[in-house]
Amino acid sequence: MSQLNIRAGRKAGVFLGIIAMLFAILSAGAPAKAADDPSTYAYTIAGTLLNNDKPLADVTVTAQLDAFKASAKSDSSGAWTIMVPKPGIYNVSIDKATLPAGVSFTKADGDKMQADLSQTDFAAVLFSFGKSTVVEQSFSDQLLVRVWAGLNFGLLLAMAAIGISLIFGTTGLNNFAHGEMVTSGALFIWLFHIVLNLNILLSAVIAVALTTLFGWVQDAGLWKPLRKRRMGLNQMMIVSIGFSIVARYILLLFFGGDTKDIGGGGNIIKLGPIFTSDIALISLVICVLSLAGVALFLTRTRLGKATRAVSDNPSLAAATGIDVERIIRIVWIVASALTGLAGVLYGLQFQATWLTGFDILLLLFASVTLGGLGTALGATVGALIIGMIVEVSSLFIANELKYAAALVILIIILIVRPQGVLGKKQRIG
Amino acid sequence: MDWLNALNLTAGEFVGAYTAAYVLCALGLAVHFGFTGLLNFGQAAFAALGAYGYSIATLTFGWPWWSAVLFGLLCSAAFAVVLGIPTLRLRADYLAIVTIAAAQALKFAVSASIFEQVTGGSNGLSQFGDSFYSLNPIPKGRYDFGVFALSENELFIRIVAWSLIILIALFLYFLTRSPWGRVLKGIREDEDAVRSLGKNVFSYKLQSLVVGGSIASLGGMVFVMSSQTNQPSNWGTNFTFMLWTILLLGGAATILGPIIGGMVFFGLLMFLQSVMEGLVNMGWLPFLDIAQVGQIRFLLVGVALMLLVIFRPQGIFGNKKELQFNG
Amino acid sequence: MANQISIGEPAPGCKKVDPILVADNVTRVFGGLTAVDVEHMEIPRGLITALIGPNGAGKTTMFNLLTGFDKPNTGEWTFDGKNLAGVSSYKVARMGMIRTFQLTKALSLLTVIDNMRLGDQANPGESFFKSFIRPVWKRHEAKITLKADELLKRFKLDAKREDYAAALSGGQRKLLEMARALMSDPKLVMLDEPMAGVNPALTQSLLEHIKGLKENGTTVLFVEHDMHMVRHISDWVIVMAEGKVVAEGPPADVMKNPAVIDAYLGAHANSDLGDIEINSAAKETN
Repeated sequence: MSQLNIRAGRKAGVFLGIIAMLFAILSAGAPAKAADDPSTYAYTIAGTLLNNDKPLADVTVTAQLDAFKASAKSDSSGAWTIMVPKPGIYNVSIDKATLPAGVSFTKADGDKMQADLSQTDFAAVLFSFGKSTVVEQSFSDQLLVRVWAGLNFGLLLAMAAIGISLIFGTTGLNNFAHGEMVTSGALFIWLFHIVLNLNILLSAVIAVALTTLFGWVQDAGLWKPLRKRRMGLNQMMIVSIGFSIVARYILLLFFGGDTKDIGGGGNIIKLGPIFTSDIALISLVICVLSLAGVALFLTRTRLGKATRAVSDNPSLAAATGIDVERIIRIVWIVASALTGLAGVLYGLQFQATWLTGFDILLLLFASVTLGGLGTALGATVGALIIGMIVEVSSLFIANELKYAAALVILIIILIVRPQGVLGKKQRIG
Repeated sequence: MDWLNALNLTAGEFVGAYTAAYVLCALGLAVHFGFTGLLNFGQAAFAALGAYGYSIATLTFGWPWWSAVLFGLLCSAAFAVVLGIPTLRLRADYLAIVTIAAAQALKFAVSASIFEQVTGGSNGLSQFGDSFYSLNPIPKGRYDFGVFALSENELFIRIVAWSLIILIALFLYFLTRSPWGRVLKGIREDEDAVRSLGKNVFSYKLQSLVVGGSIASLGGMVFVMSSQTNQPSNWGTNFTFMLWTILLLGGAATILGPIIGGMVFFGLLMFLQSVMEGLVNMGWLPFLDIAQVGQIRFLLVGVALMLLVIFRPQGIFGNKKELQFNG
Repeated sequence: MANQISIGEPAPGCKKVDPILVADNVTRVFGGLTAVDVEHMEIPRGLITALIGPNGAGKTTMFNLLTGFDKPNTGEWTFDGKNLAGVSSYKVARMGMIRTFQLTKALSLLTVIDNMRLGDQANPGESFFKSFIRPVWKRHEAKITLKADELLKRFKLDAKREDYAAALSGGQRKLLEMARALMSDPKLVMLDEPMAGVNPALTQSLLEHIKGLKENGTTVLFVEHDMHMVRHISDWVIVMAEGKVVAEGPPADVMKNPAVIDAYLGAHANSDLGDIEINSAAKETN
């Protein structure tokens, strides 16, 4: 998600996006299939070789796993494709002898990469040539960039986290399938805006509507019957784990395992040392407005106050005449809509895969727990803090460990202050 | 549709090495959840520590197999203590979230490139099996068991793994019938009651975590020994969720449960996969391709987990009266 | 009136001739609400003391504090001379103070006899490493099983020995909890509302059992709501209201104490309840 690398990866991303789009159009409307190929191989490794935006043609790329080995030559636009027979992690390398004169890799061992086909049937490999395009910046500038990214990411997390918080507050359910609503928002915006080329606003509305429908059906079809059976909360949590697996794999079957690169389409706007896009700014505004809307709803409207009453004490709320099931239904609709919108905005700025939501699920739990389970304001505060931690920590520790850092923070919070920043300590006995 | 082949493959799964590995990890989870009521959703971490402990001890330290096994056990026991001390006082659902987070964090750590020298990064480690396989007394050759054939090494790992399972099952059988096991049973149902009788509940939960985690680390070692490769992608949440499905399928608070549950689970999975692949190859399922058959396997695992928890949480061998989800 | 229990006149927080439990300055505050604020409390040894008071008086909270199931904001107390403040609940139990619970915690997934065996505190088989060497704990297990059977007979539960505790009635489970508490020969048994949820036919039997504890030399402290039931068996009564001790003394005296009547009925003991505005200060926190 680094804003700094957007430019460097954008061109390659657009090419990959085109490939993905063609790929998807070929299989639009039906479960994704592998590209048609004379041989019976069903797995694809592909990429485009670019040296400072200039394509490298006639370069030999080889893919190898165990005894299998196959090669391909890049075409005039630098694109290459290798079909392979089975899943696994392949070693992909470039025959340096076939590189044009004067072209070198960015890193010393940049001629060897990997393609992970263990859980998908399409893997893209990006080889880097020439000088590194990362621009060096002063620390305070870097910090500002990170803080901005953290704010943005935190707001997206907040939208989804409020959903978890509201559902937990009113029904007590820790829904492990919540991430899949983010994923559906992101994948649907890809489907309607990129693949079917609908107007972005219309696509967003449809994506959010479909996700809301998904949430409503989830509650009506699964959680409500289980509530009626008086199933224990921990049992329901395990059911939600099973359900999240099912939802994830259904999304995988229909959308395929490749990464849908949607991000990077907006116009660049410069805010001081920060390079951001108009999409990011609009996303920020939408998030703030949505969160403000939720806050107003909860504090100023009768329905909102009833929701808070149900969160606090469902039987007492029912005793005062509040229709608890209706409130829960409304909560699910609002939560799904917010979460779907978060997925749409995430997809538009970055990318969408079947794992998008699952990857951030733990961050969402961390946000809700940090802020204080069951309170919407707490979830927002927690999400902003977690977003900041994730982004700013990449200044100090390796990029790949930033999620691990957030998870360690989650563990520490639960130990030191399980009621979160804003939560109240529960009385025992 | 080659039914014979499908059945042969299924039969092979019943006694497979991966099946044995999962069974061992599920037995460990039975100690955690079935006998003590701990909602441990990070079992993959314990298995991974066993696997990495063994492979690192072999490759980086150059130790023989028995030191490597001890090292793997030590790693997961240490992890149990480090994880347990701060988290075992938490409510059940918090513990579930924390254990998932801990397992994910561990997976990120071992695949990080900064540790690549030792852990092999995202590629993992391989070729650490020589010391173990040098113990193999079975002469070189292919052994035919009617429905499937195995090499001498494949046969060896299976014999070792399943013998281990029998030993551990006996161990657990006696453990659960001891006064120590009785305390765990009480803790599973109501910690405060047990505290009021003078037992240090926290200490018992920690011991349970270490015991179950150590058994799982043996499972992790078996897992990587058969293919002699150990990759971070093995130890994701899918691993843990499959374990839970196996455990609930067989019966969480039993010893036979994880064993039979594991065999049935993998047998069924292989059978379904073979049948579906056969149907796809015959053109009967035109909307699917072979790759997706593999994905559908996981989807079925999710469905199975849901159905089990909703309709038969006690599984095959479990006793409905003994069921405890603590909430 | 002179008595052999307290030193001097009975009064809230008075000293006892032979106290087994001495507590000082115990407070527990829940987010602005003071649930317990006891300056001084002493429990006499070898006698049956009742801790009574209306709902929200802080009795169960005090119980939880004394037995280590809750942490006080301030306070020190000693049990048999040993400092117990801040000691965790299982250690308190090991020192000889066993409590029961308002909502009975008979372990339903264990049989009655296993419940009883769990009450023993000295079983070597409960240690992990010794547990799989059967000869080490076999004899001790037989010894405590004998003791358990005697207790079960005394409490008339011997016929239910092999049943799961889930199969017992509510009253039988209360008896089981009490019997189990005696397995470790405690010095002080603390019963939290032992009569709650028990059918009237069984209450007399329960009272007899509690008297039986005293005859064996065990000190008893119990929490109850109903004064009249308490009158039969207690030697001493401590009355709490709104977190404080408002009266102490022999049961007959306490029942006539105006402060006590006030606590139960409020300052309007003689008014028509229909004339009073609802007093929102009397909250339920018990």
